[in-house]
Amino acid sequence: MSLRLRLDKPWQKLTAETAQRLPGQLGVYQVADAKGTVLFIGQAGARSPFGLRSELQREHKERGDGCQFRVEVNQQYRTRWFELLMVHKADHGALPPDNAKNPPPLGRLSPS
Amino acid sequence: MDFEPSEEQQMLIEQVRRFVREEIIPLEAKLDPDASELDPADHARLVEKTKAMGLFGIDIPKEYGGPDIDIVTRVLLAIEMAQHRAGLYVPCYGTFGGAGLAQIFEANDDQKERYLYPTLRGEKKAFFGLTEPSGGSDPARAIQTRAERKDNGWVLNGAKIFISNADRAQYGIVFARTDSSKGRAGITCFIIDSDTPGFHVRRVVHTLRSSHYATELEFKDCWVSDHQVLGEVNKGFAVANDRLTRQRIPYAAGCIGVAIAAHEMAIEWAKMRTTFGEKLSHRQAVQWMLVDNEIDIRTARHFTLEAAEKARRGLPFRIEASIAKLTASEGGGRVVDRAMQIHGGMGMTKDLPLERWYREMRIRRVGEGPSEVQRMVIAREILGSNLR
Ligand SMILES: Cc1cc2nc3c(=O)[nH]c(=O)nc-3n(C[C@H](O)[C@H](O)[C@H](O)COP(=O)(O)OP(=O)(O)OC[C@H]3O[C@@H](n4cnc5c(N)ncnc54)[C@H](O)[C@@H]3O)c2cc1C
Repeated sequence: MSLRLRLDKPWQKLTAETAQRLPGQLGVYQVADAKGTVLFIGQAGARSPFGLRSELQREHKERGDGCQFRVEVNQQYRTRWFELLMVHKADHGALPPDNAKNPPPLGRLSPS
Repeated sequence: MDFEPSEEQQMLIEQVRRFVREEIIPLEAKLDPDASELDPADHARLVEKTKAMGLFGIDIPKEYGGPDIDIVTRVLLAIEMAQHRAGLYVPCYGTFGGAGLAQIFEANDDQKERYLYPTLRGEKKAFFGLTEPSGGSDPARAIQTRAERKDNGWVLNGAKIFISNADRAQYGIVFARTDSSKGRAGITCFIIDSDTPGFHVRRVVHTLRSSHYATELEFKDCWVSDHQVLGEVNKGFAVANDRLTRQRIPYAAGCIGVAIAAHEMAIEWAKMRTTFGEKLSHRQAVQWMLVDNEIDIRTARHFTLEAAEKARRGLPFRIEASIAKLTASEGGGRVVDRAMQIHGGMGMTKDLPLERWYREMRIRRVGEGPSEVQRMVIAREILGSNLR
């Protein structure tokens, strides 16, 4: 009955056009380099003017072309964000590099 | 009973009210609407303020260094501390400190050194592990986690669900069956360090409480020594039950605080908003919603203070605590719902705290014993002990 733990949708190219097509909803997302190494796990919270669209447009503006992304629309964006960060840390031994620069307070998960 | 606050209580209430309005609410305006943590620098600064107010560690008993404030006054202050967006589950973002889990006060001297004192100093956090996938309302029958004797200790195997804070805690209190032939007299309470081999926090359980999640735990051949038994073997259930009863009073107070805040917002809005050429406050339909809010709040406040007063006097307060929890969680939910209705579309948005209160208040009818279980406790009292 439990929800999917990891974000495992296919990656999409992060471009101005793909970001523009995203929904304005709340949720979480991952940005990866061209090889699929996750660089950042982010959340589109209630203060993002157009939710996931605004966040990924900002990511594209800052990072330029050449990255990939995937999103999950999720009203519980904060708990899901914490969960994705903890699962990433459990799987890889460290946070994604851009999260590690300013890590939020996190607990420990040992997902099966 | 007269529940008008004394002059001294009124002074404390006003001090806390000012703190919430001048310190917490302005910071909160900059946070994510679902946040449950302040920036660490703000947190540290506000802790210094509550210490200067003499109110830090408000729930800690005097003999352990707490400020010696009786439970009735603590309820009055808890009502104030909840009156902001995150206030139901994280009143004032924890800047008044906490006493930790009530059970840990039952610890022996060695356990107090290892767990209680570090908790009171804010160095350790704990979780409370009672509920299992097999049920939480009736833990005495539902607990399936087993602890079996091995090498001067116990081996735990099983699972827990909906456990708050387990991923961030340094230790937790866990209930397990040590004698399967004895029902509620076969349950023991253990203190488990989070780094014990075989202890796992398997996943986050996402609920309506969208900032402050619960977790699912697994115990897989998790060995702990005899020194980790809290209280006596096979007498853990009494420890759990006592805590659950006591906890219902502050739990009710939080619901009342949020209900008051929602009600005040609804009154303000009704006086301001015009439809069909009239203020909402001139409409009888709206007036009656506000009247019903007032009645729900006063009822809950009365019963919660009654429970606290009985506890203060050392009288039995099990029934009163159930009535308080029931009236405050159910009444609080109705108040927030009516306040949203009066606000119309704005009431549904994340711009206002109402939608967060609505979601979180809903949990209050299930957490710490569902409404039906509270009614069952009261029915047993009314109908006598041979009720089955
Ligand atoms: C956000 C959240 C945080 C929580 N945190 C913790 C925690 O930190 N530690 C912990 O141990 N638990 C925690 N819980 C668990 C909580 O205490 C249980 O959910 C609660 O006790 C109910 O247990 P259950 O969910 O197994 O429901 P069940 O026991 O399966 O009951 C289901 C429903 O049946 C009805 N019911 C039950 N008994 C009766 C009866 N006698 N008569 C009529 N109707 C009845 C009630 O409506 C009840 O809601 C948390 C729960 C939530 C949602």
